Amino acid sequence: MDTNNQRYSRQIKLSEIGTQGQEKLQKAKVLIIGMGGLGCPAAQYLTAAGVGSIGLVDHDTVDISNLHRQILYSESSIGLPKVEAAKVALQQLNSQTIFQTYTEGLTLSNAVGLFQPYDLIIDGTDNFQAKYLINDACLLANKPWVYASIYKYEGQISVFNYRSGPSYRCLFPKVPKEDISCEETGVIGVLPGILGTYQATEVLKIILGIGQVLSGKLKIIHTLTMQEQLITFQPNEDQINRIKAQPLQLEAINCEVVDKEKYYLDVREPHEQPQPETKNIIRIPLGQLNERHQEIPESEPIYVYCQSGIRSKKAIQFLTETHNFNNLINVDGGIQTILK
Amino acid sequence: MSITIRYFGAIAEQTGCTEELLELDIVGTDIAQLKAYCVRKHQLTDDNIIQIAVNQQLNQTGSIKDGDEVALLPPFAGG
Repeated sequence: MDTNNQRYSRQIKLSEIGTQGQEKLQKAKVLIIGMGGLGCPAAQYLTAAGVGSIGLVDHDTVDISNLHRQILYSESSIGLPKVEAAKVALQQLNSQTIFQTYTEGLTLSNAVGLFQPYDLIIDGTDNFQAKYLINDACLLANKPWVYASIYKYEGQISVFNYRSGPSYRCLFPKVPKEDISCEETGVIGVLPGILGTYQATEVLKIILGIGQVLSGKLKIIHTLTMQEQLITFQPNEDQINRIKAQPLQLEAINCEVVDKEKYYLDVREPHEQPQPETKNIIRIPLGQLNERHQEIPESEPIYVYCQSGIRSKKAIQFLTETHNFNNLINVDGGIQTILK
Repeated sequence: MSITIRYFGAIAEQTGCTEELLELDIVGTDIAQLKAYCVRKHQLTDDNIIQIAVNQQLNQTGSIKDGDEVALLPPFAGG
């Protein structure tokens, strides 16, 4: 028996896995987004199981408040980029696994390209914007992803976009407007350990092609009562097709303008994101200004914005020259410059 | 008829319980009405983000039956 067979002997012994299964694991490529409470245990078990290639995505550094639940890290990791600290620790666990680290984190522009070389994606993120971004990018890149979320003592897990199964938007079609983080609410340390380990379990099942993958099912676990629920749901083709038909966008969460007292004119198209939840915003796409210019007040200063500042500049030029407005101010640099 | 309602995430904090038994005397109450009743009773913040499952099935329509188990599920995003 060679060293590798010895190393993985306890799982090779399982009739569903065997040496063939071990080879599948060796060839597998898994990307983990977020190396926090969920990502760490998932990475540890997949590394230990002999997954050949693992990508680690996180822009954050290790903080002392992470250590009660992110037990891959130690006191000496504090201040280091999470993906670098994780790579060192995981490489010690298994020198044969190839790790790729991405310190830039997940962004609108890198998501689809980042997912492309991997077989599947693990969601270890802690906010709605990232989860919807992972979902949409997975739909575009045609990759399954393993979702989990935690709240205090309670966790949810599911597998999305697996063999034409439902997506995250089929489960939660309406995007929440607010995030609640572990930082604000608190969380029991073992909880992400349980959920992250479940995520690794689903990944192993998908790679090995064994058991029933948690697709179309949401598992809910409450650690105080130890009650569990398994909720069944179906694909919502409208949600899936809408995302596949449009360019990738960021959902606006906790999105407000800095100065709520000012009046704004948004000249973008209605589908463009982000859409701040603020009163005092008049929304008229550039192409409709001629018909709808009466809706714009002329008595107070109006800050005109679009995505980058170019269309808003054109809008001001048009309204000033054609309809004699003299109260319009361009938001140079676009909407991002006026958001909190 | 008796209906078991289960609350999850932050909703369970607003209701003060993870589970309650409702005795309804109105036959023909549909799922949306039941959800509206629970939202009103516990002054829950909804904004249509709360998903509702009946007997562990999401997106059911029609009337609630005696003995049904209804779950109010909010999304949460911690990680």
